[in-house]
Amino acid sequence: MYVAVKGGEAAILATHDLVAEMRRGDPAIPELTTGQIREQMSLAVSRVMNEGSLADTDLAALALKQAQGDAIEAAFLMRAYRTTLPRLGSTVPLDTGAMAIRRRVSATYKDLPGGQVLGPTYDYTHRLFDFSLNGATGEQPATTLADTPLDTRMPRVPDILGAEGLMEPETPPEGDPRPFDLTRDPVEFPADRDVRLQALARGDEGFLLGLAYSVQRGFGGNHPFAGEIRLGEVPVELVPEELGFAVDIGDLTITECQMVNQFKGSKHVAPQFTRGYGLAFGHAERKAMSMSIVDRALKGRELGETAAYPAQQDEFVLYHSDNVEAAGFVEHLKLPHYVDFQGELELIRRLRRELDERIAREAAEAGVLAAVTQ
Amino acid sequence: MDVSDKTEAADHSRQSERKSWMAVLARSRHDELDEIVARFGGLPAHDVLKPAETGTVMVEARAGGTGRRFNLGEATMTRCVVRLTDGTLGFAYALGTDRRKALLSAVIDGLLQSTDSPKLREAIVALGRRQAEARQLALRKAAATKVDFFTLVRGHD
Repeated sequence: MYVAVKGGEAAILATHDLVAEMRRGDPAIPELTTGQIREQMSLAVSRVMNEGSLADTDLAALALKQAQGDAIEAAFLMRAYRTTLPRLGSTVPLDTGAMAIRRRVSATYKDLPGGQVLGPTYDYTHRLFDFSLNGATGEQPATTLADTPLDTRMPRVPDILGAEGLMEPETPPEGDPRPFDLTRDPVEFPADRDVRLQALARGDEGFLLGLAYSVQRGFGGNHPFAGEIRLGEVPVELVPEELGFAVDIGDLTITECQMVNQFKGSKHVAPQFTRGYGLAFGHAERKAMSMSIVDRALKGRELGETAAYPAQQDEFVLYHSDNVEAAGFVEHLKLPHYVDFQGELELIRRLRRELDERIAREAAEAGVLAAVTQ
Repeated sequence: MDVSDKTEAADHSRQSERKSWMAVLARSRHDELDEIVARFGGLPAHDVLKPAETGTVMVEARAGGTGRRFNLGEATMTRCVVRLTDGTLGFAYALGTDRRKALLSAVIDGLLQSTDSPKLREAIVALGRRQAEARQLALRKAAATKVDFFTLVRGHD
């Protein structure tokens, strides 16, 4: 039975004021603008767009400001806002082959068409503090310009292996069906690849990173190679019903990872490489890599592998990867459970009373017995 | 080539021209469009058929880049439809939440279809050129980070 109680309105209003003050911090320090967050905290912005499942750098920057930099709280704000917007349609599937590349590396081929393009990365930094960043330098960092721009179309590495027939092909199923949308329909298990990829794309980076790590350490039995990682801008197209032709609606920054894995083959399939796929909004390399490893682990069923480890079990992965849901359930424990707890309290008291009574009764009976035998 | 083929080809080239200016408008900022509209004597008379509205589009992708379609996540998009006094319909669709830009883009889309104004056309082409230059600059910055491998001399013969 639920017992409704009221109270706490004044306390709640006061906490709103207090949290606003805490968010602002020391008023002697200038306030952050969302433009500063969008431009200078762009990797955090990417994370919030992915886990909030809404690509919009301005909104993600606002979410981060409002949530004091708490990525999960910011993702929650994005999800909540999304529900207030009408869905105006679905885009034409992105063509990542048409990406304007800013970074593209392969760990499998040294000399690949288009080359290894390191782009903006912390991979080759020394991870030593740059104390000059403590103050605002006001200087525009100088970048190096090559005389010739990159090729506008670079082949995706798995497609190169695919041409040799050594790579599991990725072709659309018969009829190129509309993908499942987990924001509209309940997920059922076993879940198909489109459902899994959508769930992984909005999944928590830390959770997927941990699962991917578990696969690499032996809890999933894969030996992945980073076939290709690419980052850049991809044009997005939409076919509005009222126009009937595809309209280019702008660019999205996208990170893609194609993981290449061994596959020994089965009765029906010759040995070949299999793939795991990771795709993310913005610059989100760790997320895309983790996603691709977990995607490959979850393909085990289709490849006749036994699902022996957590990363291979779709129900486990999909039910626990959404950090907004997970945080909601874990953190709801903070809310009043006064009545539930009162029930537990009564139960424990009764059980203890019964135990005490039984011990007393047994002691009394033992005393009587001792008196009789004397 | 008979007459209907010719009309079809002309339609096709008009459509591809329209698609390229719509792509330029989608990548613009509203202050750039305000500036262009001001240069041509301000916003012309128009009816707003669908006021600028922000919603989302579901961004689709393909597994492995070429395989099964899946939903990556949503993106914000703003659209607008206007009708100019001569009856021409102007449409705008762009990622983001800028409603001013959507209205201006829809009006410019209408104008570019209905009037034969080389100056307006040139203004949009110039805007597109600036966007292309920014893209080229980014591709040159990326190209500077391209690795040149060289083989080290080995110790044994």
